[in-house]
Amino acid sequence: MGRTTMGVRSVTDSLGIERAGQDRGSEGLARFLGWLSLSLGVTVLARREQVSRVTGVDDSPTARQVLTAAGVRELGHAAALLIPRRAGWGAWTRVAGDMLDLAAAGQAMKGRCGERRMRLTYTTWALAGITAVDLYTAVRATRGRRGRDANRVYGSVTINRSAADAYRFWHDFENLPRFMSHLQSVRTTGDRRSRWTAKAPAGRKVTWDAEIVDDRPGELITWRSVDGARVPNSGSVRFVPATGGRGTEVRVELGYRVPGGMFGARIAKVFGENPQQQVCDDLRRFKQVIETGEITRSDGSPDGSNRQQQLKQRPAQPLATRGSGR
Amino acid sequence: MRANCWIAPNNVAVKNVPDPQILNPRDAIVRITSSAICGSDLHLLHGYIPAMTKGDVLGHEFMGEVVELGPGVRDGLSIGDRVVVAFPIACGNCASCADGLYSICENSNPNAAIAEKVMGHSPAGIFGYSHLLGGYAGGQAQYARVPYADVGTIKIEDDLADEQVLFLSDVLPTGYMAAEMCDIKRGDTIAIWGAGPVGQFAAASALMLGAERVIVIDRFPYRLRIARENTGVETINYEQTDVLDALREMTAGRGPDACIDAVGMEGHHASPALHAYDRAKQATKTETDRPHALREAVLSCRNGGTISVIGAYGGFIDKFPMGSFMNRSLTMRSGQAHVQRYMRPLLERIRKGEIDPSFIITHTMPLDDAPHGFDIFKNKQDECLKVVLKP
Repeated sequence: MGRTTMGVRSVTDSLGIERAGQDRGSEGLARFLGWLSLSLGVTVLARREQVSRVTGVDDSPTARQVLTAAGVRELGHAAALLIPRRAGWGAWTRVAGDMLDLAAAGQAMKGRCGERRMRLTYTTWALAGITAVDLYTAVRATRGRRGRDANRVYGSVTINRSAADAYRFWHDFENLPRFMSHLQSVRTTGDRRSRWTAKAPAGRKVTWDAEIVDDRPGELITWRSVDGARVPNSGSVRFVPATGGRGTEVRVELGYRVPGGMFGARIAKVFGENPQQQVCDDLRRFKQVIETGEITRSDGSPDGSNRQQQLKQRPAQPLATRGSGR
Repeated sequence: MRANCWIAPNNVAVKNVPDPQILNPRDAIVRITSSAICGSDLHLLHGYIPAMTKGDVLGHEFMGEVVELGPGVRDGLSIGDRVVVAFPIACGNCASCADGLYSICENSNPNAAIAEKVMGHSPAGIFGYSHLLGGYAGGQAQYARVPYADVGTIKIEDDLADEQVLFLSDVLPTGYMAAEMCDIKRGDTIAIWGAGPVGQFAAASALMLGAERVIVIDRFPYRLRIARENTGVETINYEQTDVLDALREMTAGRGPDACIDAVGMEGHHASPALHAYDRAKQATKTETDRPHALREAVLSCRNGGTISVIGAYGGFIDKFPMGSFMNRSLTMRSGQAHVQRYMRPLLERIRKGEIDPSFIITHTMPLDDAPHGFDIFKNKQDECLKVVLKP
C-alpha cells in the first residue's frame, strides 16, 4: 500500500488498476539536460572559435554560422526543459536538435581529412552518445505523462472520534453519499458487494458495482470496482489513532481512470470535477457529519463545504426558498 | 425581514431580505430584540476584511427569543426562551470545542478552505463576518438563524434587562479573555491600549482578576473619562503624552507586567508621519493591518511580561519589533474570544452585581437607523462608544 507524506510518494498499487503517475527519475534527468543545454549554448556563443577548433570544423565560414545557430538552438532546448513545471515534450526538442547536429557532422566529415577528420569523428561519437541519452529521457518523460490518465488522490483528516466509530460509520457504505458530494447513492447488494451511483459531468449518471478487497475492523477498508465499470476505481481508508489521545487520523486514497484519458480529465475539470479538491472537501464533510451529525451550512455556502461554491459565494443573506436539507 | 447589509466599503444599508429558515437539525431561529454594532464591524465597513459580498447581513452581537427549533437541538432549549447568542459559531463536538477553544471550532466554517489559503488553518465561522469566516448572515436584523443552537446560546431566565446581558455575546467575554490571558498575579500592573468597549471590559476584568493597577491608553478624552468613572483606572492620552515614557515613569522603569492590545488592525499614532507610513502601506496593500498599538505594547512591556492581543487583526503587519520581543523574554497570547466558555460564569457575575456591562451604551436606536449608528460610531461623534439597535 502506498504511503504518503507531503509531496513524497512511493506508489505501489496493490490493486493493479494503474501504475505510478509520475516518473521522478526522468524529471531529474530532463532538468540535468536542460542545464547542460544552457551551458553548452552559452559556451558555443561566447567561445565560438575554441569550440570550432576542438570539434574540427574551424576551417570554414559556413561552420561558424552553423555553430552560432546550434548555440542559439541549445538555449531554446534549455528553455523547453527548464521552464515548464514538468518535463514533457521538451526532451524531444533535444532529440530533434541531435539529429540536426549528426547530419551537420556527417556533412562536414565529407570535406575533411587528417587531424580535423579525427576530431570530427570524436565529435560525432560524442553526439551519438548524447542522442542516446536524450532519446531515453524523452521516451521516459512522455511515457510517464501518458500514465497520468490513470489517477490517484490522497487526503487525510483528524477526527475527535475513536477509530472503531469511524470504521463502523465508513464500513456502512450507504453512509458515504452523506459526505461524498459526487455520489448519489450506495446500496449494499451482498456481503462484500455494493452498487454505487455517482453524478457525472453534464448531468449524467454513472453506476458501477464495487467489492471490498480488504477489511480489517477498526483499521482499514479497501474496495475496488468490479470488472466492467465505466470508471474503473479503487479506494482505501485507514483509521489510525492519533498520538496522545488526539482522536483518529483518517487517511484516504482513491484511484480511478477517467474515461477519455487526459482529455477526459481536462473536460471533467471544466465541469468542476477536480478529484483532489473533491477528496479534501469530502473529508471535511466526513468530519462534520461524524462529529456534529450534520453538514455545516451557511447562507453563503448553503450546500456546505465545497471548493466550487466557495469561489462563487451568494451573499450572506437568508435563502429565499427552503434549503435543500438532506 | 429588515436587515443591515454591507453594500460596499463605507456603505451599509437596511434592506428587505428573506426571513431565515432552519437549514440543519441543530439550528434555531431567533427573533432579535437587541443587537449591537461592534468595533470590529468597522473593519468590515472600511473594507479591510477580505471576502465581503454586496448584500451580506452584518452583526454578531445579538440576543432575542427562540421562535423555531430544528429537531436535533439538545439541552432543553425551547421555543420562547430568551437567549444571548455567542458570536463564534461552534459545534461543541470537535477537539477544539472539547478543549473550550470555541472560536477555533474545526467544523463551523464551511469555507474553511479559503481561510486556510490565507491563515494556514481555519478558525471558526462567525456571524456576519465575511465569507472567509463562513458567509453567515448576521444579527443586525429582525431574525437570525443560529447553527448549533444548543452550544451557541445561553438562556436568560431572570428579569435582567437586554442591556445588561447583551454584551455576553461578544465584548464582555472578549475583554475578560484579554485580561485572563495576562495571567494576573497579585500586585500586577496592566496597561491596555484602546478604550473602546473591549478595552473598557478588559480594564474592569483585570481589576476583577486581581490587578493592582490598570492603565488605559486612548486618544478620545470621553472614552478615557468613561473608563476612569466606571472602573477607576488611570488613563493616558497618547496624543498628549508619550506612552513609553509615561508607562516607564508610572512603573518606576519596570514597565507594565502585561500589556493588552485592544485596538487591532486600524490603530492610530500620535506622530502624523508614523501614521502616514502605515496608512500608505495599507493603501498600497503592502501590509493589511496597522499595528501601532501592538508595537508600542511590545516596547512598553516589562522584561519577561505578557502581551495579550485581543484587538482584531486580519492579515499581515509590518515593522514588528521582534528583537525587543525575543531578547526580553516576552510572551504573546491571542485569540478571538471563546465566548461559549465565558458566558455562564460572566452571567453569574452580572447577576451578583460584580459588573453591570450596560455602562458602555451611549446610543440606542431603531434597526433602520443602523447606517447612522455606523456613522457616528466610526467618526466618534456625539461621544459614541456603543450603539444598540432595536429591530
